[in-house]
This record gives sequence, C-alpha cells and structure tokens, in this order.
Amino acid sequence: MKGARASRTTVALKLAMAASGFIFVAFVFAHMYGNLKAFAGHDAFNEYAHHLRELGEPLLPHEGALWILRLGLIISLVVHVTTGVLLWRRAARARTTKYVVKKNSGVTRASLMMRWGGVTILVFLVWHLLNFTIGKVNPQGGATNDPYNLMVDTFDVWWMTIIYLVAMLALGAHLHHGIWSAAQTLGWTGTAAKRQRWKVIGFVTAVIISLGYSLVPLAVLAGIITK
Amino acid sequence: MNLTLKIWRQPDAASAGAMHTYQLADVSEDMSFLEMLDVLNEQLNDQGEEPIAFDSDCREGICGTCGLMINGEAHGPEVTTTCQLHMRSFSDGETITIEPWRSDAFPVIKDLVVDRSAFDRIIQQGGYISVNTGSAPEAHSVPVPKDDADRAFNVATCISCGACVAACPNGSASLFMGAKVTHLGLLPQGQPERDERVVNMVAQHDHEGFGGCTNIGACTAACPKEIPLDVISQLNKDLRTAIRNGH
Repeated sequence: MKGARASRTTVALKLAMAASGFIFVAFVFAHMYGNLKAFAGHDAFNEYAHHLRELGEPLLPHEGALWILRLGLIISLVVHVTTGVLLWRRAARARTTKYVVKKNSGVTRASLMMRWGGVTILVFLVWHLLNFTIGKVNPQGGATNDPYNLMVDTFDVWWMTIIYLVAMLALGAHLHHGIWSAAQTLGWTGTAAKRQRWKVIGFVTAVIISLGYSLVPLAVLAGIITK
Repeated sequence: MNLTLKIWRQPDAASAGAMHTYQLADVSEDMSFLEMLDVLNEQLNDQGEEPIAFDSDCREGICGTCGLMINGEAHGPEVTTTCQLHMRSFSDGETITIEPWRSDAFPVIKDLVVDRSAFDRIIQQGGYISVNTGSAPEAHSVPVPKDDADRAFNVATCISCGACVAACPNGSASLFMGAKVTHLGLLPQGQPERDERVVNMVAQHDHEGFGGCTNIGACTAACPKEIPLDVISQLNKDLRTAIRNGH
C-alpha cells in the first residue's frame, strides 16, 4: 500500500497495547505494595489508604493526585481493551475455516490464554471495584467504612478468597506472556539473548505479582491477619 | 507400512470441501511425503478417481512451493519442508490428517493447493532495493560488517512457503515480513527505502486480511528455515521508528 500511514497498521495497535500494558505492570506493583501493608496491621493499612487521598495536598485538591492516577489507568484500560478487541476480531477473520487437527508445538499455554485470560481479569476488575471502591460490598454484611476491616471480612469468606486466587492465576499467566510480548512489540528483543532475558523478566514478574497478591487473602483465611 | 490418510478434497475455490479417507498399503519409509502422495494419486488414477492436487516444485527444500498441514503441524513433525519430510517420521498403521494452509488471505484453489499471491503483493510493497543502472559498482566501496552480513544471509533463507501463517493461531504473516525487513534493513543497500518498506509492507499485510501478531511463537517453531522470532522485534522496531520519522 503505497503512501500508507504507519499509525493505521496492526503493529501500531500492538504498540498501543504494549505501552498501556506496561502502565498496568507499574500499577500492579504499586497496588501490591499497598496490599502488603495489611501485614503491618489495621492502623498502618488504613493510614496508607487515607494518605493516598491526601497525596499532593495542599497543592492539589483532596483526592487530586489519586484522580490523576485513576485517569491514567482509565485511559490505559480503554486503549488496552479496544486494541485487544480489534486484534481479536482481525485474528478471527484471518482464519474462518478452522483446521480439523491443529497442534501448537513449541508454544506456552499462557500465550494462547491472553484473550480469555484478559476477559477473566476484566470481569474480576469490575467485581473488585464493586467490592472495595465503588460499591463497597461486605459479603458478611458488616460495616464498609473501614478499609482494613472490609478486607478481612471479605477474605474470611472462603469462596471470596478462591475468586481472588483464580483472578491472580489469570493475572500471572497474562503477565508471563504479556510482559515479554510487550517488549518484543516495542522492538527490544532483537537478539536471542535479549529475548531470553525478557522471557525471564516476564516469568519472574508474574510469579512475584501473583504470589504477592495471594499472600494477603491466604493470610486472612489462615487467621494470620485478623481484625 | 500401511496408512490411513484423511485428506481435504475441494474441487475448486467456489465449491465446499470435505475430508476424505483413503487407505494406502506398502508405503516405504524411504519415500518422501510427496512421493507417498504420488503413489496415492497413481492408485486414484487406476481407480478412475480425480487425483489429489498439491503444490510442489524443486522437491529439495529450497523453493517454498510445497507446504501441507500434516497432523496439525505445518510441514509435519520435522523442521523441514514437506518435500524433505520422509515417511520414516511416521509409524505403521498411523492415521495422517492432511489439510491445506488455512488462511483467508490464502484461498484454496483446489484440494491442498492455496493461492499465496498475497505474499507476492507484500513483496511488491518493499521487498526490493533501488540501485543505479549502468556498470556494476566496485564491491569494496560499500563495506558490510561480517555479523550483519551473516545475519542478513540467515534471514534471507526465508523461502516464502507460508508455514508461519499456517501455524500462527492469529493467521499473521509477521515472521515472513520480519525476515524481509530484517534482511534488507541490515544492509547498506536497504537503507534508502527502510521506513517506507516496513510501513507499506505491513499496510499491505493488513489489507490482505492477515491477523496481528501476539508473539506466540508457533511460526518460528514451524519455519523450515528456522527464522528466529527476533525478526518480528526488528519489524516492530522499524515500524516504531517510521512512526517517529513521520510516516
């Protein structure tokens, strides 16, 4: 296509997906740090949550810094999901007659789970926001105005913990392929050694994130973290 | 060895196809896969049936004309072309499923033959360099570092067979484009058109209806010439650079 625009290509869509993905990687690390404050006890956890809302005051209004961060995340989410849907649709149209027999040799399972895994994470995200941010749902019917107590009440319900653990498994798989894939999309893996390095970074990050997030709900269920 | 063959039959592009089952006896393990199909076709001829159409040309693994999906793997279980695959890679009594490359950008012409001219149209968009006509330039006037020359040569072994597209769960031709972009981009002669090349080739690729790459890596596992995934990174990097340069 002579005179084509680079920004209209599928590779440009992928670049947008990769960049927004890296923003989420930074976010999940910061969020995990906040979660682990639960081990420091009721006051430290709630103080951290409260401080997030006062960040940048008095230069910024109350919750100002938080909303700037949230806006960045919302934009990233829209970009990540939109490009994902567009590329998914293209892939579906690229092979309308399926193979009778198809093997995927030399391929990780995580790489084949990116789309449905992503949908799983999105569904979880909606529930998670209803649970702790927008709706504040206490599955035990108790008070919702104390972040630490709401967290303990939630994870004391075994099936709630299971939902969160399954979501962290999906997130881990998504990061395992997603991080190295994003690096490849950004053109950072031009040699076999660099490719290997990014695959290791992806795997290690996936393990740290999924384990780090799972610690708090498991500790609540085990009675290590209590009200 | 005796084999059960399940093969896609389709009279022409406009008709619907279906899998047909054939029995083939006394297959030698020293036969190539295509010779085995030749024997089957002789048997079909004797029975007055239409022989199975499949593509082949050099039969020595360098032209890229042959290419079949064998038991769900492009070019079958070995890292080679279909013509260089031998029946010793299969066992007696095995059922072998043979299908054409499945990609909407590669429409089936007949049975196992697909139309790969989409690749030709991608090449027309940038798989070339511009040179001045006249007497040949002095070879030493344009030095090429040995590492670059080796790498360019390695990825220039791509024979455009289409196995990458056939194996890719997204039906993407990124490995093919990456091989071409990397090959020409490593050499001084490829620099003048470098930005235009990647943009025009990817735009044509998208226009042909190939899918987007998600870096799964099924392409490189299927590639008979073992083109590495690095070339897709190079393709992405070149496109990113082209965006920055205002293309």
